[in-house]
Amino acid sequence: MTCTDEPVLEMEFAVARHDFAAAGEAASRVKQVLRQLGIASHLARRAAVAAYEAEMNLVIHSHGGKIVLRVDSERITLAARDSGPGIPDTELAMREGYSTASDEVREMGFGAGMGLPNIRRCSDCFEIDSTVGRGTTVTAVVNIARPGS
Amino acid sequence: MKLEDIAKLIDADVLSGEDKLSTLDVCTACGADLMSDVLAFCHERTLLLTGLASPQVVRSAEVAGLSGIVFVRGKKPGEDVLELAEMLGIPLLATDFPMFEACGMLYAAGIGGTYQLSQTDRGSTGNASGETRP
Repeated sequence: MTCTDEPVLEMEFAVARHDFAAAGEAASRVKQVLRQLGIASHLARRAAVAAYEAEMNLVIHSHGGKIVLRVDSERITLAARDSGPGIPDTELAMREGYSTASDEVREMGFGAGMGLPNIRRCSDCFEIDSTVGRGTTVTAVVNIARPGS
Repeated sequence: MKLEDIAKLIDADVLSGEDKLSTLDVCTACGADLMSDVLAFCHERTLLLTGLASPQVVRSAEVAGLSGIVFVRGKKPGEDVLELAEMLGIPLLATDFPMFEACGMLYAAGIGGTYQLSQTDRGSTGNASGETRP
């Protein structure tokens, strides 16, 4: 595998606000695409878990957004972008157990304040950028180990 | 342990994935109602026991690469959940036993936990720092 930043693949998945029936479809597609590209199973799984938590966050908390999957020879990059409402205190949002989710969301097994920490746990590089009134971008990178590295 | 033996052990109905009953081998299981915990701490090819019957349980199993799902304490999933499981090829069982008892019966029969596995397999599901937590 050559050392290059040329993307092997870039795909976007739209995620709609409060569309719980479709929640998880983007993450399933991310996993499927990564496996089709020949990405190792444990790396595809980490990326898919990060994508699923990001997708649930978009469904639960955002006005809607998208997940962008980008794969090159060295890394899998997931960017979850939304158009608001934004997070007033990202440090607080990153704290395990902190959540503003509704009881309805909790009844589905989410909303326990584990989403962002789980994304960070699955990532080799994690960034969150949020502005109230404008939106949030969460970026998660999973490195693809090269043979011999 | 084959999935069919697990079904007999905990007196479970098979709701989906009958074709895998005699072929799917289960070595580890976990019990959880919080899907973020499942995503964070369950290893691949683990059997999930849960009291939740939402489509997100099936999605979580697919994303995390779990081998199947057992709904405990008499929970019966809706048609949407069954259809999704069929589409994704994820076996579904349902037992009247509550979580504690179903997990205990499987553990006593030799099915291991994911924490035990994480002690011998650190790094396979965590990030680059090998972070996996009990």
